[in-house]
Amino acid sequence: MEMSTNENWNDKRMDILIGRLLRAGVLFSAFIVAIGGIIYLVRYGDSLADYRVFHGESLGFGTVEGVVRDTLALRGRGIIQLGLLFLIATPVARVAFSIFGFARERDYLYAVVAAVVLLILFYSLFFY
Amino acid sequence: MTVVEFSLVVCAGSVIAGFLGALTGLGGGGLLVPMLILLGVDIHYAIGASLVSVIATSSGAAAAYVREGFSNIRIGMFLEIATTTGALAGATLATHVSGRAIATVLGLVLIGSAYLSRNPRSKEEREVPQDPLATKLRMNGSFPDQGGTREYNVQHVPAGFSLMFAAGALSGLLGIGSGAMKVLAMDRAMKIPFKVSATTSNFMIGVTAAASAGIYLSRGYIEPGLSMPVMLGVLGGSLVGTRVLVKAEVKWLRRVFSVVIVALGIEMLYKGLLGKL
Repeated sequence: MEMSTNENWNDKRMDILIGRLLRAGVLFSAFIVAIGGIIYLVRYGDSLADYRVFHGESLGFGTVEGVVRDTLALRGRGIIQLGLLFLIATPVARVAFSIFGFARERDYLYAVVAAVVLLILFYSLFFY
Repeated sequence: MTVVEFSLVVCAGSVIAGFLGALTGLGGGGLLVPMLILLGVDIHYAIGASLVSVIATSSGAAAAYVREGFSNIRIGMFLEIATTTGALAGATLATHVSGRAIATVLGLVLIGSAYLSRNPRSKEEREVPQDPLATKLRMNGSFPDQGGTREYNVQHVPAGFSLMFAAGALSGLLGIGSGAMKVLAMDRAMKIPFKVSATTSNFMIGVTAAASAGIYLSRGYIEPGLSMPVMLGVLGGSLVGTRVLVKAEVKWLRRVFSVVIVALGIEMLYKGLLGKL
């Protein structure tokens, strides 16, 4: 019983750390998105909004290289997309953090489970 | 409409969607996609922007939920294998089918989720025996309840796992969190207490959506100019919604929300089936 209380306490501590990590990641990315949004609205606020036609990959916001290039050029939409990349990275970081958390609790079964989830996420983000 | 006007309209709608989604526990994604489509946005951009907002609300609310100690990270992590694989399948499917097909499925899912939300939780007190597989996977847990802790056992892992794959596939295909189906899998199939199911589901939504996000990004579904007001609006609305959640009388609100969801579902079915998209 002693063992299981200790375990629950570790789980709880890990939960809280993960919760903070998630909130910090979301607030940080929202901040970046807001900065990019202001630049975008100041520059292009008067043009006509048109999202009726789907342009697919042609705009170049789908690659990290494209986003970094646009961000360095201080383009509003590039900075927004950078913030969105941080946002997407937040739950991925949570899974990566969980691997270490479980390993520290010597729960190797769940360290492997978390590693499998991380591999699936990496497949979608980098190899698709 | 100019970009500024359009952004303000979309942001206001997103605040409402995020607020109601958090308050009723039904999530904002189901409301957002039809709303954006009605505003004349292409369905691919709509599901891309919705997916982004789903990640924001799931991660933003997680901090508030985990403090209370209801969520079970082992159950969540194990089932995320199913939801992320499902999300990959669903997002891949989204890149191969027409916008009309996506709208049709969305309509059916909206109507189905409104039906499920009429009676969201199963009977609170239930004692279930230990299941060998769930015990081996160390899923049984406890949560704070009326001053003490309540232990619970988990059942039917394979059924829950399969339902989670389906929930992930719907999330990837439609850009929604599909929280209702995740709760269904845990609460009804796996016999996990409702509070644990609901908070663990919220925890899983962000990771599930991140698995689709890679595919959405590389296919150009995530349009920054549109995603900006959606993400900021939904996040703001949901943060306020989680705050007032405790005080508000949500029963009638859930009913109103369900009616709106059904109406939007019928609208999506109409657009999808009759090609008004």
